[in-house]
Amino acid sequence: MAKITYIQPEGKSQIIDVSNGLSVMEGAVQNDIPGIDADCGGGMACATCHVYVQDEWFDKLPTKEDGEEDMLDMAFEPKKNSRLSCQLIITDELDGLTVSIPSKQG
Amino acid sequence: MKKIDALIIGAGPTGLFCAHQLGLIGLNCEIVDNLDKIGGQCIELYPDKPIYDIPAVPECTGKQLTDNLIEQIKPFNINFHLNERVEVVKKINDKWIVKTNKDKEFETPNIIIAGGVGSFEPRKFSPKECEKYENKSLYYSIKDKTIFDGKTVTIFGGGDSALDWAIELSNKSKVNLVHRRDEFTAAQLSVDKIKELEKLGKIKIFTKNQLNSVKGEKNIESITIKHDDESLKEIQTNYVLGFFGLIMKLGPIVDWGLNIDKKTIEVNTENFETNQKGIFAIGDICTYPGKLKLILSGFHEGALAARGCFKYARPDEKLRFEFTTTSKAAQERLGIKK
Repeated sequence: MAKITYIQPEGKSQIIDVSNGLSVMEGAVQNDIPGIDADCGGGMACATCHVYVQDEWFDKLPTKEDGEEDMLDMAFEPKKNSRLSCQLIITDELDGLTVSIPSKQG
Repeated sequence: MKKIDALIIGAGPTGLFCAHQLGLIGLNCEIVDNLDKIGGQCIELYPDKPIYDIPAVPECTGKQLTDNLIEQIKPFNINFHLNERVEVVKKINDKWIVKTNKDKEFETPNIIIAGGVGSFEPRKFSPKECEKYENKSLYYSIKDKTIFDGKTVTIFGGGDSALDWAIELSNKSKVNLVHRRDEFTAAQLSVDKIKELEKLGKIKIFTKNQLNSVKGEKNIESITIKHDDESLKEIQTNYVLGFFGLIMKLGPIVDWGLNIDKKTIEVNTENFETNQKGIFAIGDICTYPGKLKLILSGFHEGALAARGCFKYARPDEKLRFEFTTTSKAAQERLGIKK
């Protein structure tokens, strides 16, 4: 279990307990956190679960697989700290992770 | 106006198999899809990538799955309306009147929405002012390449479309290619080619850059791009092209009076009918407790929706359950000669 903080583009933040094994995307979708669309359902086939990871967390995350960077090319305003939240799988180590949701997904 | 038993929206695997199921029980249908080809997400997002969970098919690609489905529905001679989007749906005397963006009209008791996550549309630039120049000096697809002759064109993107157009337009235009990172996802051959063209001074490449702002009275005169290190650079350009792939939008479906929950349509699990009589939703676009976004679920949903259509298309007949292995009627419809 990890506490994940989701920050909306206008600054409002919500902290959610997400079980190990789920993704940061699923944590958002199952708890009705707006702004993470996840059109493809977590298959790394779209870029609509795009989030910005807080800098101090970015390097602690497992590295991206090849396809993720390719999909991020298609995300709305990708930055250096962009990730697809469907690819961030919760473990105890991610307790405290903070992600910001972009102003839109596409 | 064409009268048909059912209209399917979406030519992905779910829509295709549903057409098969309609054909087997003797109902005709036509299929409309916004893409220029048959296959939906399978063909647009992962034609060459493997799928491992189609029942009794240990492994196939998105393209192979699509080809096999097309083969399977061949006996039914189904009409496809590609590059076409359903715009208007309204009810007149128990029948649905459907109009497409190319002014085709259908009258049908049944509409089956198998629209995936909506219709594919190009992903757009983020600066707001871009909208103002759209289809005047900023494009997401090219219809007439001659307008770029002798002009400066700035292309954004790192995939095949971006690089193919950069190479093509560099013959007659000054081309800038801008991409958000150093690696390109286009075919290696194209990547080698643009690097060669860069050496020859035919293309200027700006990596780790993204569009920051656009300037120009009526048409674009210059743009500013922003580097990863936050530095800005102004580029004089007549045209801007963006190739960021496609995004899925629900589109006009939201106006058809359906119960929609998070971009998906609520259905019952008996026949996948929506809250509107005679409108069914199957595949990724439908939702119900326990919904799985798998192709195999779409097949099941299509089979039941097809049967749901029967009572509206043939109100005076009873549908008898049959197996294709033994049903004479089904085999006749499949064109099987013994």
